[in-house]
Amino acid sequence: MKTSENVISVRHLTKRFGDFTAVDDLSLDVRKGEIFGFLGANGAGKTTAMRMLCGLSRPTSGSGTVAGFDIVRQPEDIKRHIGYMSQKFSLYGQLTVRENLTLFATIYGMPASDIRRKADEACRALGMDGVRDRPVRDLPLGWKQRLAFTAATLHTPDIVFLDEPTGGVDPATRRKFWEMIYRASSEGMTLFVTTHYLDEAEYCHRVSIMVDGRIRALDSPAGLKQQFRAATMDEVFRIVAQDARRT
Amino acid sequence: MQTRILRILLKKELTLMLRNPLIPRLIVAMPLLVMLVIPLVADLDVKDVGVAVVDRDHSLLSRRLVADMDASASLTVTAVCDTYDEALRHIERGDADVVLTIPSGYFRDLSGGKSPHLDLSANGVNATKGILGAQYASRSLLQTLTRWSAEEGTALPEAATASVLNRYNPTLNFRNYMIPALMVVLLILICGFLPALNLVSEKESGTIEAMNVTPVGRFTFVLSKLIPFWAIGLLVVTVGMLVGWLVYGLVPAGHIAYIYLAAILFTLVMSGLGVSIANRSSTLLQSIFVMFAFIVIFQLMGGLFTPIASMPRWAQVLTYAIPPRYFIEIMRAVYLKGAGIADLWQQYAALAAFALLFCLVAAKTYRKRE
Repeated sequence: MKTSENVISVRHLTKRFGDFTAVDDLSLDVRKGEIFGFLGANGAGKTTAMRMLCGLSRPTSGSGTVAGFDIVRQPEDIKRHIGYMSQKFSLYGQLTVRENLTLFATIYGMPASDIRRKADEACRALGMDGVRDRPVRDLPLGWKQRLAFTAATLHTPDIVFLDEPTGGVDPATRRKFWEMIYRASSEGMTLFVTTHYLDEAEYCHRVSIMVDGRIRALDSPAGLKQQFRAATMDEVFRIVAQDARRT
Repeated sequence: MQTRILRILLKKELTLMLRNPLIPRLIVAMPLLVMLVIPLVADLDVKDVGVAVVDRDHSLLSRRLVADMDASASLTVTAVCDTYDEALRHIERGDADVVLTIPSGYFRDLSGGKSPHLDLSANGVNATKGILGAQYASRSLLQTLTRWSAEEGTALPEAATASVLNRYNPTLNFRNYMIPALMVVLLILICGFLPALNLVSEKESGTIEAMNVTPVGRFTFVLSKLIPFWAIGLLVVTVGMLVGWLVYGLVPAGHIAYIYLAAILFTLVMSGLGVSIANRSSTLLQSIFVMFAFIVIFQLMGGLFTPIASMPRWAQVLTYAIPPRYFIEIMRAVYLKGAGIADLWQQYAALAAFALLFCLVAAKTYRKRE
């Protein structure tokens, strides 16, 4: 049941850990090519929700499709069509820039000749030509983040999931990072991004705000500001999240 | 089968292993250390057994028995006493381990065709020394008696001709017994711990999640964790055999292919166990602790230090569930007896079954999705 319009379409997704309901009745549609901002306070359930969408976590209940595959029954098919960048830097620190890119691109089934060409291109675009044979653990954090993004997108997946990709990096690097996100979007990839930076939310096509495991608001940044009579996304977030109990 | 993915994952494992500051050294240094040091210190051979003699016979033969005993390599007659109590005091003081009593009229009775008894008692406090000492003493007595009867042209009574013969390890050299078993210890440690540590540190660093979110199949991923330890296991066994040959002059009496075959199966058993434990642990400490519990049981109940035959019946039954038991049996039989697969097929079959079981458990307990 692949729809041409929505690349993510889930209904009533719930994840419980014992008595604790991390994600409560999540329903969501994300359109192809969209940059979707997935906002929420700490502990609101963003990462858990994203892990369910990526097939890393089995939903307790609910249904839906990601990249046209069933979220409950076909997680391995979903994994072939997505890229994922976790909150924690998770490339192999002892492998070089090029070895990491080759490893992930090979796993996603890219032909060897394409890998070499695209890895070289990517190193050049990242300005990492000089360090491509250095172990990645020696790179500065901003470089690591952008490299992790490249590793997650080299195979041009349908959807890229980014879990707080710009945590802890300086504004200039964040800006470069968002340029990369826009470029990926213009190449037809859909981007699903969690973030704590409300200025970043303004760059997204649409934004949802999660509070205590539930989505409380979902619209374009402009729409949200109008709805909550706020001047900035920052204000919107504070209004929506003010009664959060889990922070 | 994802052969291309498996290949790149193996390449990744190999690269990471070679770049690790510790592991390549550990793989070479540990076998060397264990093989060079342990056989020297864990030597259970008995030397300098003290014998206190109570000679009530005072005959030519009794004096000859005592003199021959004193002259033999590992026995020293430390006291000749008049009473058993006096001999016991020597034991208590620690200068004797075995008491030999020659009854009065022993020579007369033996010449007269009767079967008089010599009495050997051993100090049970140091059990190994006592038991082996008594065995050495009885061997010495038998030799003297046999020689004496040949000179005299008389036949010894039936009971006196029984003898102990140590087959396959004629010198009862403890080292020959230990060295094959030490290689088992090495494989238990290296191929059990390293895969567990490897996998759990991927969990701790988060790279395992980066793998779980890709299309890498769980069998492929687990294989990429098992195969490198195959190679390492073979390397360790090779180093072990080289040290055994160059340092101790011990070469397998059987074909080394049988040793390698057993080693391959056993490394699969151990690395399968290591991966299974890692799958269920979320921290390095957890996995180390659980692995340790297994390793202690494996070492103490696998027949490595204590013979399985001397365990209580229920414990002997339990040892069938302990995979190193089969590997130790194979190693000792191939090394000392020159046994082959025809003699040991049951042990090989048991090892293969365990290898299959543990690898299946490793693959089944690996979760790509929580």
